[in-house]
Amino acid sequence: MSVAAIFDESGHPLQDTAGDGPAPKAIVVAYGFWIFLLSDIVMFSAIFATYAVLAHATAGGPSGAQLFNRTRVLVETGCLLLSSYTCGLMSLGVEARHRVATYCAALITFVLGAAFLSVEISEFAGMVARGATPERSAFLSAFFTLVGCHGLHVSFGLIWLVVMMAQVVTKGFREAVVRRLFCFSLFWHALDIIWVGIFTVVYLIGTRS
Amino acid sequence: MNILGKLSWSAIPISEPEDLIASGLMILAAVGVLAWVTAKGRWPYLWQEWLTSVDHKRIGVMYCVLALLMLLRGFTDAIMMRTQQALAAGGAQGYLPPQHYDQIFSAHGTIMIFFMAMPFIIGLMNFAVPLQLGIRDVAFPTLNSVSLGLTASGILLTNVSLVIGEFAKTGWVAYPPLSELRFSPGVGVDYYLWALQISGVGTLLTGINFVTTILKMRAPGMSYMRMPVFCWTALATNLLIVAAFPVLTATFAMLLLDRYLGFHFFTNSGQGNPMMYVNLFWAWGHPEVYILILPAFGIFSEVFATFSGKPLFGYRSMVAATMAICIFSFLVWLHHFFTMGAGADVNGFFGVMTMIIAVPTGVKIFNWLFTMFGGRVRFTVPILWSLGFMVTFVIGGMTGVLLAVPPADFQLHNSLFLVAHFHNVLIGGLFFGVMAGYNYWFPKAFGFTLSERWGKAAFWCWLIGFYVAFMPLYALGLMGMTRRLQHYDNASWQPLLIVAAAGAIIVLCGIICQIVQLVVSIRDREQHRDRTGDPWDGRTLEWATPSPPPTWNFPVLPRVEGKDAFWIQKQHAGGSGAERGEPLRYEPIEMPKNSATGFVTAFFAVVTGFALIWHIWWMALLGVLGAFVTILAFAWRERAEIEIPAAVLERGDRAYRAGLNR
Repeated sequence: MSVAAIFDESGHPLQDTAGDGPAPKAIVVAYGFWIFLLSDIVMFSAIFATYAVLAHATAGGPSGAQLFNRTRVLVETGCLLLSSYTCGLMSLGVEARHRVATYCAALITFVLGAAFLSVEISEFAGMVARGATPERSAFLSAFFTLVGCHGLHVSFGLIWLVVMMAQVVTKGFREAVVRRLFCFSLFWHALDIIWVGIFTVVYLIGTRS
Repeated sequence: MNILGKLSWSAIPISEPEDLIASGLMILAAVGVLAWVTAKGRWPYLWQEWLTSVDHKRIGVMYCVLALLMLLRGFTDAIMMRTQQALAAGGAQGYLPPQHYDQIFSAHGTIMIFFMAMPFIIGLMNFAVPLQLGIRDVAFPTLNSVSLGLTASGILLTNVSLVIGEFAKTGWVAYPPLSELRFSPGVGVDYYLWALQISGVGTLLTGINFVTTILKMRAPGMSYMRMPVFCWTALATNLLIVAAFPVLTATFAMLLLDRYLGFHFFTNSGQGNPMMYVNLFWAWGHPEVYILILPAFGIFSEVFATFSGKPLFGYRSMVAATMAICIFSFLVWLHHFFTMGAGADVNGFFGVMTMIIAVPTGVKIFNWLFTMFGGRVRFTVPILWSLGFMVTFVIGGMTGVLLAVPPADFQLHNSLFLVAHFHNVLIGGLFFGVMAGYNYWFPKAFGFTLSERWGKAAFWCWLIGFYVAFMPLYALGLMGMTRRLQHYDNASWQPLLIVAAAGAIIVLCGIICQIVQLVVSIRDREQHRDRTGDPWDGRTLEWATPSPPPTWNFPVLPRVEGKDAFWIQKQHAGGSGAERGEPLRYEPIEMPKNSATGFVTAFFAVVTGFALIWHIWWMALLGVLGAFVTILAFAWRERAEIEIPAAVLERGDRAYRAGLNR
């Protein structure tokens, strides 16, 4: 988390000034983004609920226990959680207005995120090759949608990260760029939280013997 | 593979004369407006002052204009249905064939809920909330204009379906399996889904924007318990938007996956579960009911207090009731389908929860009554709508409590009794509310009041027309008539349906009166000019500005001393405007710059939506790319704000204050 966002230029803390006029822009933007993240989590909760209802609706097709590979998912999880750590390092770089540290941490974050995605895509491809496509059963429809929606969010996060680095290159650490980097890190950490839910609900419970 | 996907000349409905006439008229009207703008050379004005404006007041007005236009479209559908049902008794088939009638009732519901009611309340919130909070704009002004653009895109796509292709024939709820590809192979359901997905994103962004604005951007001294009740209800509504609309997005996304990629969420095959759609739909749909009605409650609260010349009775209980409704609204969704067969215990729980919601609503009704009690009530147009609401809404609420009893619901489910009930609360609650708000805030937006005479005529036509049109439907429901019938055998229903059609004609007179009211008021605007900015002797801060307010609303942010902030200022100043807190010094301020982002995003949203509906994949890709590039351009723009010099602020403010003393 960027500490920069809650301090102003001269290091004074930006108070929550709700009773004392409009809050400063850094607080308003971060607050709005938090509300957006909450709405995103509501959307995921609808998909989670659907998955829970359809988890056993295999229509005679393969079940989770037959399809999921715990080791692979563990590798995937490792990549994503580690990328959150490096994203935290990037925030430190941003706070110190240190370009090289920021670029390096962003690069590692990107590579780990891309690794996560490639493991996920290979899992999907393997399932499709075995005939376990989303058209096979309601369970598989829900599985591909839930995990795929998270994957789409990660892909979007990677694009956003590239855009943000381009912004740092061209515009430097100006106020608006720092605010956006702060929002990006919130987004990236939120994807972790959702992944923990998927890891538990889909993979752990799904491979319970 | 066809480069235009499923699109071909057969998509133009040449064989259906009513469709062709309607589309012809619409295209003619659109071309006429565009030609008029071109001939008058008003494009630069339209572009600079409206389409690229990020001013919350302008955006609010544009939302209301969209809503009024869609009211006309939705009402045209309504009067077609009423006349069809008045004719099609016994062996008669009426003048609308089934596939056309089905599109009409689906379009009527979709348009009235999503493109009339939603834009109207969002428009009024946009206009009034920042003014009432004593601030200069919403938290994210450009995002606000994107929201408007996405809403307009959804509206455009829905209306394009009239000309190219067809609209859904599934009812406005589009339940599967009927809405699945197997039973609805045409593009109708796709128009419905993509139009609502696009406008739904716009609504969600509005929700985020207003929650942030209300919680983080109030004028100095405006604590929560000093906020006008309209702001409280706006807060509740936008919290509900943030919590409910993502569920709708997820649900529609699943139905789209079923239709486009052969998934099995709600299909009959592959162990899909159609009832899950119904559950998810109403997990959004019931909060949506309160998303619509709560701001109307807020408007009534402002109107009753202002025109009774008294502070609102029971402010705290009003706030508590609003927030209670906000929470309860998530605990009643199952009452929309008691007949699912969830069992007596589940149905019992949701029946009881539904009845409990009537309690905070009752609290509000008594608060409004006591606000008027002992006051000197001025019977202006806004308060007439509010009084009409009180009587009508109580009737609609009580029929709602009847429907909340599961055994009764098993009989009345899907009958005209239900149709009468929800029109009773939506017209009597929401629509009367936005009409009160429209008449109340119009002078603030445009600087002159609306004609009282025509406004009263419109109100009485609407009120009487509503009762004549919908009371017979209660009886018909009890007689066993189900909804959405293109024709029927039971001739004993016909007399009541003819009465209902007559009611629709009276409502039509009301709408004509409203159009005349607008025309007459614009013609006579110099006689109805509001020079004080406070035509109603108001109590809240929007009346502390000139009408119309400058872009920046307040040259110096007001300091709020208590509830009814403007009333307190006026008391201190002994009624004289010039003395109310003349600022000591003016400081330059920064205002957000105009931005074409909203307009361009809307353009690409329409392109993408249209392409996806017709399976034109390359065009969809171009649309998405275009939207992405638009966002990049926005992210790289150099200056987001322009400075308004202190001298400009001072000049404007002094002119306004000088006008007050005259």
